Amino acid sequence: MQSFDRSTRRHFLKASGSAALAGAVSRVTLRPAHATPAMLNSAIRNLVGEAPLRTGKVKLDIPPLVENGNTVPMTVSVTSPMTADDYVKSIHVFNEKNPQPYIGNFYLGPAAGRAQVATRIRLADSQKVVAIAQMSDGSFWSASVDVVVTLAACTEEL
Amino acid sequence: MASALINVPKRAKRGDVVEIRVLTSHIMEPGYRRTAAGDVIPRNIITSFTCRYNGSEIFRADLFPAISANPYLSFFTTATESGTFDFEWIGDNGFSQTASAPITVE
Repeated sequence: MQSFDRSTRRHFLKASGSAALAGAVSRVTLRPAHATPAMLNSAIRNLVGEAPLRTGKVKLDIPPLVENGNTVPMTVSVTSPMTADDYVKSIHVFNEKNPQPYIGNFYLGPAAGRAQVATRIRLADSQKVVAIAQMSDGSFWSASVDVVVTLAACTEEL
Repeated sequence: MASALINVPKRAKRGDVVEIRVLTSHIMEPGYRRTAAGDVIPRNIITSFTCRYNGSEIFRADLFPAISANPYLSFFTTATESGTFDFEWIGDNGFSQTASAPITVE
């Protein structure tokens, strides 16, 4: 058994992988382009406009340490009475370092009863995740969580 | 073959807030990955999900490549009357899928 360090291991995998998969392409790599904090800010600005963005009311539940970035459970809940006069119109989730800053937009109404959505997301790197809620009175509230990702989404290398 | 898992309570009391959970099978190819040959794998995701309760929209979501494969969604609604929930997923390459679930409100 020959010994190899990290760089030769990659070469070994590359050689053996392309030998094994000649023709049949199944391994994939990620384009190095990533969103930046500036893109996150401009995405948030596009949503919020000139309105003030306040911290609070929104609770973003996401594990602080994630093993697999391909499927990260996430729950956003917003404190709101959810009546016809005072309800959450929409919930928007953004990230800092995925290839694009958007994760999802969720549109609710007063009939929802409880302003809470849950889904599973992809995170390509350790980064900040931001949830923003738009209320029926037009105000915006936010919460953010820093997440550490050990295995990033879609970074399998050949 | 595409399939969806729907979880809606069969019965509820009028005015109860009920949780709806849906999961559909879809690759959600983000469009940023490359093959060994260096070609970008084209994006193939579900872009929109809608839930209607007896015909009126109660929940809608725009999905992006950052949503995991086999997208799962959980949300809430107030049970007002017996009827059906209709779910619709729309995505790239003309993907469209519908499902429905009944609820009895007492």
